[in-house]
Amino acid sequence: MTWLRLMLRLVTGSARDLAPIVLVIAFMQLAVLRQPFPDLGSALVGLVMVLFGLTFFVRGLDLGLFPLGESMAHAFAQKGSLPWLLAFAFALGFGTTAAEPALILIAEEASQVAAQAGVIADTGAARSSYALGLRVTVALAVGVALVVGVLRILSGWPLHLMIAGGYVLVVVMTAFAPDEIIGVAYDSGGITTSTITVPLVTALGVGLASSIEGRNPVTDGFGLIAFASLTPMIFVMAYGLLI
Amino acid sequence: MPLFMELLEVLGATLRDVLPIAAVLVTFQLFVLRRPLPHPRRLLVGWIYVLAGLVLFLMGLEQAIFPLGRTMAAQLTAPSFLAAGGEGALAAVDPLAYGWVYVFAFAIGFSTTLAEPALIAVALKANELSAGAISAWGLRVAVALGVAVGISLGVYRIVVGVPLQYFIMAGYVVVVIQTFFAPKRIVPLAYDSGGVTTSTVTVPLVTGLGLGLAESVPGRNPIIDGFGLVAFASLFPMISVMAYAQASEWRSARGGSPGTPDPASRVASEEVQP
Repeated sequence: MTWLRLMLRLVTGSARDLAPIVLVIAFMQLAVLRQPFPDLGSALVGLVMVLFGLTFFVRGLDLGLFPLGESMAHAFAQKGSLPWLLAFAFALGFGTTAAEPALILIAEEASQVAAQAGVIADTGAARSSYALGLRVTVALAVGVALVVGVLRILSGWPLHLMIAGGYVLVVVMTAFAPDEIIGVAYDSGGITTSTITVPLVTALGVGLASSIEGRNPVTDGFGLIAFASLTPMIFVMAYGLLI
Repeated sequence: MPLFMELLEVLGATLRDVLPIAAVLVTFQLFVLRRPLPHPRRLLVGWIYVLAGLVLFLMGLEQAIFPLGRTMAAQLTAPSFLAAGGEGALAAVDPLAYGWVYVFAFAIGFSTTLAEPALIAVALKANELSAGAISAWGLRVAVALGVAVGISLGVYRIVVGVPLQYFIMAGYVVVVIQTFFAPKRIVPLAYDSGGVTTSTVTVPLVTGLGLGLAESVPGRNPIIDGFGLVAFASLFPMISVMAYAQASEWRSARGGSPGTPDPASRVASEEVQP
């Protein structure tokens, strides 16, 4: 009974989250483009699936992703081995990014841009090795980002100075990086963090910050994602400069 | 049973995404930490919920939202629709001829961000940790407004053809300046919100819009000018979240009483006049 009531509350929340998209699409379709919906039946079925999908995901966050991330962070803090914690952070960042489908897609598109610009030979082999190199670069960047981010939580370095410094580096590198890599580099910062990685990484940061004395979960726990969106830009531009 | 085949396909793709994450977690849990997790059954149920939820969510999007969104982006950026806005508007690349494209970019950026599961996760956590001081809904509205403004500006950039880096660099300068004035508590969260906005829902729709536009506007190369919208969508939430926090701080400093905060309308009135 309580389960049912909880789920009902969550479904209502999801409906509120999804209402804006439905309104925007309906308005654009009916009032601006002035066309009827092509297949209303399957669109409605799809909407119901989206609604329940979001509801289950949000419930699963509380039951599975957040507790796992936090309890592993606590366990690492108790174990007190810095090298293992950093290895874990790196593996989490590298492993989740290398296989990210959005990244695979962008890497392929970027290899076509590079071939067009004459940076690499326009052959299948050259393009796929360029795309693979780009993927490994971004994955390395995210691994390094989580290592630096975890070190920051442990040591209490000021986040804003590190991030501002990173942006200055991005701006400086933009001036030197080849034009065709810049758009790809900027976009790669945004796509590295997937829907499952974000809650896990957030829980890891918050869990670490709350198990170390003198750290505040709000001011010290957040910030890992910020590093993960910053370093890929720097690494990808460096990749463009080296190739 | 095409629906069933699609279910298997999406399930397979989602499992493939989760596999590396699970491998890292299990390896470190079994070989490094070597201690039992609390509530293992609850955790397992939670992971099953997350997987089932994501699969349903992605399938539903593919069924209901993405086809419509893609056709809309294609129709709104088609030369025939744009030309209807004014005589010869396309030939002269009059930025005003693209009015509905900006409206669509703003609306789709705002509404898809509100439904972004990763942002919901971060907002819930921030609300819980701050003991309610950071409102989950207020944070999400602030981020969504940032994405909406960012994508509209990104679309404008594709139309007029100004290099991407000028906008992004100017944005970073604003972020750095804001950082020194914004309440310290919000800064890490604002930085994080840049990265979480663009995952499941926003990217596919926005990429279609950018590519379609770069194809229709004369003198744009889709491969080079089509990129960059995601960068706008990850930059502007930082600005809007810090602006939201600054606005709430000024307000409570001036008003003296916390009262009943209405972050949504507050942020809206801050954002309308850039």
